[in-house]
Amino acid sequence: MSKKKSIFQLLTEKPWEQDQIEADNEHQGQTVNLTKQKLGLRTLMAASTVLFSLFVVAYSDRMLVHDWRNMPEPWLLWFNTGILVISSLVFHQTTKYAKKQLFDKTKNGLYFIGFLAYSFLIGQLIVWYQLMNTGYYATSNVANAFFYLFTTIHGLHIIGGIYFWGKTTSKFIKRTLKEEEINNLIDICAVYWHFLLAVWLVLFGLMLSS
Amino acid sequence: MSDEYEHKLEAKSDYTGDASSVSTPDIDAVPDAELPDQELYHSHSWWTTYVFSQDAKYIGIQYALTAIGTGLLGLVLSWLMRIQLAWPGLGWLEPSSYYQFVTMHGMIMVVYLLTALFLGGFGNLLIPLMCGARDMAFPYVNMLSYWAFVVAVVVLLASFFVPGGPTGAGWTLYPPQAITAGTPGYNGGIILMLISLILFVAGFTMGGLNYIITVLQLRARGMTLMRMPLTIWGIFTATVLAMFAFPALLVGCLMMTLDSLLGTSFFMPAMVSLGETLTHEGGSPILFQHLFWFFGHPEVYIVALPAFGIVSDLLSVHSRKTIFGYRMMVWAIVGIGALSFFVWAHHMYVSGMNPWFGFFFATTTLIIAVPTAIKVYNWILTLWRGNIVLSLPMLFSLGFIVTFLNGGLTGLFLGNVTVDVPLSDTYFVVAHFHMVMGIAPILVVFGAIYHWYPLVTGRMMNETLGKVHFWITFLGSYAIYFPMHYQGFVGVPRRYFEIYDSPYVDVSTLLLNKFITIAVLIVGAAQLLFLYNLFASARLGKKAEKNPWKANSLEWQTPQMPPEHGNWGKELPKVYRWPYDFSVPGAKEDYIPQTQPPSEIIGAKVEKT
Repeated sequence: MSKKKSIFQLLTEKPWEQDQIEADNEHQGQTVNLTKQKLGLRTLMAASTVLFSLFVVAYSDRMLVHDWRNMPEPWLLWFNTGILVISSLVFHQTTKYAKKQLFDKTKNGLYFIGFLAYSFLIGQLIVWYQLMNTGYYATSNVANAFFYLFTTIHGLHIIGGIYFWGKTTSKFIKRTLKEEEINNLIDICAVYWHFLLAVWLVLFGLMLSS
Repeated sequence: MSDEYEHKLEAKSDYTGDASSVSTPDIDAVPDAELPDQELYHSHSWWTTYVFSQDAKYIGIQYALTAIGTGLLGLVLSWLMRIQLAWPGLGWLEPSSYYQFVTMHGMIMVVYLLTALFLGGFGNLLIPLMCGARDMAFPYVNMLSYWAFVVAVVVLLASFFVPGGPTGAGWTLYPPQAITAGTPGYNGGIILMLISLILFVAGFTMGGLNYIITVLQLRARGMTLMRMPLTIWGIFTATVLAMFAFPALLVGCLMMTLDSLLGTSFFMPAMVSLGETLTHEGGSPILFQHLFWFFGHPEVYIVALPAFGIVSDLLSVHSRKTIFGYRMMVWAIVGIGALSFFVWAHHMYVSGMNPWFGFFFATTTLIIAVPTAIKVYNWILTLWRGNIVLSLPMLFSLGFIVTFLNGGLTGLFLGNVTVDVPLSDTYFVVAHFHMVMGIAPILVVFGAIYHWYPLVTGRMMNETLGKVHFWITFLGSYAIYFPMHYQGFVGVPRRYFEIYDSPYVDVSTLLLNKFITIAVLIVGAAQLLFLYNLFASARLGKKAEKNPWKANSLEWQTPQMPPEHGNWGKELPKVYRWPYDFSVPGAKEDYIPQTQPPSEIIGAKVEKT
C-alpha cells in the first residue's frame, strides 16, 4: 500500500503531471487501509454521533425553560451502567482471545457479552417500569420525556448491536470464515460496544449533571 | 499553455504516428493487484433479479423510476395549485387542500424526487461504474435501502387517504401549527409524514453508507481520488453531507412525533387552541426550526452538489475539452459542502433571533457564494474555445448554468438580512428557490438522463423530441419564475390560497398569475414528451454504438454496453489517467479513455490546466 497521506495532500495532487501519473498508476484503489466493514462502522458511528450530539443540544436548550423538573436517577441505572462497562471490558478481552485463536475462551466471551447486553436491556426496562410506577411519565415533564427518548434510541442501537453480535457469534461457532475475516467482525462488534458505552456515559452524565 | 510543461514521454519519442507499432510495455506496467476481487451476489430467482435486486445498476434504475413517479405527482399538485391561484373565483380548491398540496409538492420535490434521484438513482448507477467497481460495497444493504425508500413513499402517499388528509403545514412542518387543530391533517397526515421521513432517513443512511465506502475503498487500480470524475466527487460529498444532515431531521421528526402522539412538550409551548388550554408547556418551536434548517440547508447542497458534478462532466464531454480547473472544482465542492453547515439560520431571519446572529449567518451565506462563483466561472471557461456540440446534454447543461446563475444572484439579495426582511415570505423567495434548487438541478437531471440513457438501455433517446422538450422546459421555466420575482417585489405574499381583485393587489399580479398558470400547464404537459421519449426509446430508439459520446470515464469502457452483472467481465479495469483528456495535441482521437495505457498514445501531449 502507498504511504499514508493527509486529506490535504490528497486534494492538492496534480493528476496531470508526469511524476504524479507514475505514482497514481501504482495506486491500488483503496483510500485508507481498513476493511470495508471497519470503515463502514466508522461512517455509521460518525452519523450516530451527530444524532446523539443533536439530542444533547436539544436537551441543553430545552433545559433552560422554567418548567424543567429534574428526574430522580434510580440506583438501578448505576447498576446498568456497570453492566455496560463490564461488557465492554469483556469484549476487549475477547478480541485478544480471538487473535490468539483460543476458540473456547472466545466463544464463552461472546456468550457472556450477549448475556450482558440482554441484561442491560432488561435492566433499562425495569427502570422504565419503576419510574412509571412512581408517576414519572413522559407527559408529566419534558425531562422525563428526554430520558425515555434517550434510553429508547440508545436501546435501539444496542438491539442493532445484538443483531450483529448474533450473526458474528454464529459465524464464529460454525467456523465458516477465515481467521482474519472472523477477527475483523469480532473487532468491529467490540468497537461498536465501546462506542455505545461512551454514548451512554455521555447521556447518563448529562442527566446526572442536570 | 503547455509550452513550459515538460513531458517525459516526449524524450522517449517524438513519434506521433501509429502508436500501436511502438511497443514500450514498461511504461504500461502497473503493480499486481494487492486486494482481492469483490465477491458478487448472483441472483437465483425472478424475485431476486427483478424485485429485490442487489445489483447497483438495477437498484439505481428502480430508485430513479420510483422517484420520477413520485415527482410526477408533485408536478400534478403544482398544476392544481396554479389553477387555483390564477382563477380564484372558480372555487377550484378548498383552502385546506391548497395547503396540503403546497406541503406535499414541496416535500415530494425536495426529498422524494431530487434527493432520491441524484443519490439513489445516479449514485447507484454511476458510482460502481465510474469508480471501476463490480458493485457497491454492501449490496444487500443497498437493496434494503431501496425498499425502505419504497415504504417511505407508500406511507407518504397513504396520507392522502387518511381522515383529514395529508398535512398542510408547509414543507417546513413548523410546530406548533403542524400538530395543532386548524392545520389540515394535524393529527393523521402529519404523523404519516413524520414516519415517512424517518423511514426515508433510515433508508438513506443504508444507501449512503454504500456510496461512501464504495467511493473510498472499491475503486479500480490507478483510480486515485484526484482522478475521479467530478460526478463522483459531487455525489460523494453530497452523501457525506446527507449523513451529517439527516440526523437533524430525524431528531426533529422523532420529537415532534412524540409531541403529537404522546403529548410531550419538546417543541410545543403552552397555548390556547379553540378556546381550550392545551396540556403542553414550555416547548420551543424555535428549536425545531434550528433542527429543521440544520438539515434543510445542507439539503439544498445535497441536491446541488451532484448536479454540479454531473454538469461538469457533461460540459467537458460535449465541448471536447478538459474541465477548467479540476482541482479548484474539487475544492469548491468540498468547500461548499463544509460551509453549508454554517449558514442554516439564513432561513430564519424573521424568527426573532439576535441581530448579531443574523449578521453571522449573512456573512457565511455570502462567503459560500465564493466557491459557487468559482464553479460558474470554471464552467464558462471550460466552454471557452471548446468544440461545443449542441447535443441534448449540452443544451440542458447550458440551461443549467444560466438558471443557476440567475437563482444564485437572487440568493445574494436574500442572504442579506435587511433585504431579506421585506422580501421574506413573498413570491421573490418562491422564485429564488425554484430557480436555484428546482429548475437548475432538474435541467441537470434531464441532461444526465439524455447522456446516460444509452448506457442503461443501449439505445439513444430521440433528438428532435428532446430538443422540443428542452426549449419548452427552458423558456417555460423563465415564463413561470421571472414574473414571480416581480410579484415578490410588489409584495405578493406566498402561501395565500386566493389572491383576488382587491385594493391591496395590483392588477398586474392578477394578470401575471393567469400567465404563469398557462405557462405551468404547458411546461408540465411538455414533460409528457419526455416521458414518452424515455419509455418509447427503450424499444424504438436508435441503437447506440459503444461509447456514443466518446467519453473518457470508466462507465463507457465496460466490455458490454449496457454493462452486465459484475460490470467488467473477467478483468477489472486499470486506470492510467483522469477522465478529462479531451482534444489532446498529438493524439489520434480527440479523447483518451481512462483505461488507455500510455504506450498507445506515445506523442500525445497532455495539456496542463
